Amino acid sequence: MIPPAFEYHRPTDLASAVGLLAQLGDEARVIAGGHSLIPMMKLRMAEPAHLVDLQSVGELKGITVASDHVQIGAMVTQSDLIAHDGLARAIPLIREAALQIADPQVRYVGTIGGNVANGDPGNDMPGLMQCLDASFTLTGPSGSRDVAARDFYHGLYSTDRADDEILTRITIPVPAGGYAYEKQKRKIGDYATAAAAVLLNRRGGTVSFASIAMTNLSDMPVWSQAAGEALLGTDCGTEAVTAAIAAMLADIDPQADNRGPIAFKRHVAGVILARAIARAWSRT
Amino acid sequence: MAKKIHVTLTVNGEAQEFLAEPRELLIHTLRERLGLTGPHIGCETSHCGACTIDMNGRSVKACTVFVAQADGADITTIEGLGGPDGLHVLQRMFREHHGLQCGYCTPGMITRAHRLLQENPAPTEEEVRFGMAGNLCRCTGYQNIVKAILAAAAELNAKEAAE
Ligand SMILES: Cc1cc2nc3c(=O)[nH]c(=O)nc-3n(C[C@H](O)[C@H](O)[C@H](O)COP(=O)(O)OP(=O)(O)OC[C@H]3O[C@@H](n4cnc5c(N)ncnc54)[C@H](O)[C@@H]3O)c2cc1C
Ligand code: FES
Ligand code: FES
Repeated sequence: MIPPAFEYHRPTDLASAVGLLAQLGDEARVIAGGHSLIPMMKLRMAEPAHLVDLQSVGELKGITVASDHVQIGAMVTQSDLIAHDGLARAIPLIREAALQIADPQVRYVGTIGGNVANGDPGNDMPGLMQCLDASFTLTGPSGSRDVAARDFYHGLYSTDRADDEILTRITIPVPAGGYAYEKQKRKIGDYATAAAAVLLNRRGGTVSFASIAMTNLSDMPVWSQAAGEALLGTDCGTEAVTAAIAAMLADIDPQADNRGPIAFKRHVAGVILARAIARAWSRT
Repeated sequence: MAKKIHVTLTVNGEAQEFLAEPRELLIHTLRERLGLTGPHIGCETSHCGACTIDMNGRSVKACTVFVAQADGADITTIEGLGGPDGLHVLQRMFREHHGLQCGYCTPGMITRAHRLLQENPAPTEEEVRFGMAGNLCRCTGYQNIVKAILAAAAELNAKEAAE
């Protein structure tokens, strides 16, 4: 389990980090918490010749909470997310989800930027960010651009980010109404067999807003527009939830692996979504 | 081979300086270079927590950190918490409450529990279980580990109240 040799760089500002990536080309990778990348390097599934460590880049840190949106620096860790009371008041869904990621040791070092940039369908933050309609700021040699989380993922380990871009910041509109993150896993610290992120709002007795995203049920996160629409205007009763689950099942494409066969994963996805909808609705 | 880098660490209060390949894993630095064999290697795949150390005030799995990333860090291992001549409260309570059998997981357990009690000096049983979820034990069934940690918290709090 000895990882391949590499040269190590620790820039102290964003311009130098971007400069290093431009200069070293596709031989270079950034490292954040390293808790996805180092296991991949030990397995020699990743063999970067240069690692650019982002730990000392101040521009990538910090959480700011405004009345209508929140900004989170890429190097903010999962434990930072959990500890931030202002963030928990603005978007309690993030704390609820972050507490279900990995274990305490991993949460101390795993970053939100690494989690969303990684491109592994097992990661929980990408689906969460799609549910919240977040956008990612990418900075490269020719400047910065914003990409919606819902447009960022192309497939397994394939995202909209170019090799010479760094994901610097995540911007999230503050949602209103109820929320839930529901995750089925084999044990604490495991990736999801199926997970659902749900936001709901009500006008009187009916659903006025719904956003639903699913995790680890395809080669990328799945924001199911059809599942959300199936709930709109309904009383969120059994019939509506059944329709939402059917719509979600048409959007996912799970594969058989050591978390179970396809039929089981589809079953779990339905159960998890029903629970998430019920909890989110009870919080509206 | 990539060129070696100059690394500075503070380990259990002592300054350490050496040249190392950046890819050296921190657990190997501690065990093989510095002779601190308290932190164990259980899985080497970031799952078991036997290699847990305290780095800059956080519990970290030393098998999943490059020594280059740790450059400049302040590290505490089980050896820095206590030893045969003066056991840490947690070590004493693990002994009293049978919180270990083979002992393989114990250094990681105690180092993690130490950070947990720093952050939450009076945890509930549920908080202890949740806070210790990154450490696996194949022997004890966890009951006595949880008991030992709760007993250590109670003793530390009683001591503080008396002061
Ligand atoms: C035992 C264990 C259990 C886990 N369980 C879960 C789980 O349940 N759910 C979950 O979501 N995750 C889980 N993880 C993964 C963990 O959350 C990772 O830490 C996270 O996926 C990646 O964050 P990182 O900061 O460690 O990124 P790194 O490992 O440093 O990087 C991951 C990838 O993203 C790239 N990258 C990182 N930061 C940036 C950036 N700012 N800009 C551009 N590219 C970047 C890197 O080049 C690399 O390719 C688990 C990990 C372990 C070891
Ligand atoms: S040896 Fe590090 S987590 Fe198991
Ligand atoms: S005491 Fe044997 S593994 Fe925990």
